[in-house]
Amino acid sequence: MQYDGRVRMATVLFGGITKEASLEMLPDAGIDDYVLVHVGVAISKVDEEEAQKTFKYLEEIGELGDLTDVDEYLPKTN
Amino acid sequence: MKYMSEYRDPELAKKYLEEIKNTVSRPWSIMEVCGGQTHSLVKNGIIDMLPDSVTMIHGPGCPVCVTPLNLIDKAIYLAEEKDVILCSFGDMLRVPGSKKNLLEVKAEGADVRILYSPLEAVKIAEDNPDREVVFFAVGFETTAPANALSVVHAHRRGVKNYSILASHVLVPPAIKAVIDDEESTIDGFLAAGHVCTIMGNSEYHPISAEFKVPIVVTGFEPLDVLQGILMVIRQLEQSKSEVENQYARIVREDGNPDAQKVINEVFEIRNQMWRGIGEIPESGYAVREKYAAFDATKKYDVTIEEAPENPDCISGLIMKGIKKPFECTQFGKKCKPTNPLGAPMVSSEGACAAYYHFSGLVEA
Repeated sequence: MQYDGRVRMATVLFGGITKEASLEMLPDAGIDDYVLVHVGVAISKVDEEEAQKTFKYLEEIGELGDLTDVDEYLPKTN
Repeated sequence: MKYMSEYRDPELAKKYLEEIKNTVSRPWSIMEVCGGQTHSLVKNGIIDMLPDSVTMIHGPGCPVCVTPLNLIDKAIYLAEEKDVILCSFGDMLRVPGSKKNLLEVKAEGADVRILYSPLEAVKIAEDNPDREVVFFAVGFETTAPANALSVVHAHRRGVKNYSILASHVLVPPAIKAVIDDEESTIDGFLAAGHVCTIMGNSEYHPISAEFKVPIVVTGFEPLDVLQGILMVIRQLEQSKSEVENQYARIVREDGNPDAQKVINEVFEIRNQMWRGIGEIPESGYAVREKYAAFDATKKYDVTIEEAPENPDCISGLIMKGIKKPFECTQFGKKCKPTNPLGAPMVSSEGACAAYYHFSGLVEA
């Protein structure tokens, strides 16, 4: 994180490359957060708990009786 | 990349497709509003794997596609005649104006620049104090905060040689217009996740209630889109019409209040012309009087005569979801990404480009 004297900027790693992004619309974002950046401006922080729900939804709606090992589909942490 | 590649898991995608097949009992038409979702559907082959009874209708959510022809001609005029440094996003430069596009204008020697962010344009203005810099600011609600922020930055730093040519469009009024269209047969909607990241979900509750349609705020990866489709179908099968949020890892119910604040600081709502669709009431943003000095339409006298649209291009019907790209007689023939007749063949969010590149209908 750095401050260029005008606005609060962050260095964001996108896969392999890094780019600067403005944090003016995401004042709470900090180091190690996963953020959504659109045209140079960070606009949302990833909610890690909500992020799991897509992997559990089928189980939750009770339609996947035969899928016992749902962990198989969860993202590996790091 | 974390929070992206996991949402491309083919095995879980198959489970979602299976569940969709098991849930559907009759034909449903679902519109994905955003061109990013159209690309995800076509590029990942989802469109071909859905059951025949589920029809995806591609919506108008491609900002460069709906930018009025006249405004493109204005941007070209500013670059050619007013000697400004004309900046915009890459896609915008290839969209045909009435005579040529901005890339051709650049090739002829005008100073036209492709930028990643409008904030860079303010920097260019600061670095070139004897030149005028205009940012051709197109986009939906997602892009509006960054474009507004560029104006705020310029204002704050006393940059006098910067202005924007704004063409902002808003999703909720467009959804209403699409439902109201007589030819529309849409049963449910996937709303655009990144638009809601900014604006939240509150605008969709009255639409869902008034028109009795399910609206599911949805992301862009294959699993996001599949889950969104399943959520819409489950509602339809149960005769429900609610607003649900599939993309809750990014979208908060109230959106991003800091982003909304900067939009309201710089822009006010106005009626807006959508290319191919027509004027939609209260569906766009104009720069407020307070920031008139940064509004290119006020700074320069840019009255350009309205030119006729290319009669060979049916992009209006494509964007209203009435025709599919492959139903156009010019698709892949006279109209290709290298020689587009209309904007949907240009943009990374345009439906025609999605089908051209990924559907297998055109021999590359």
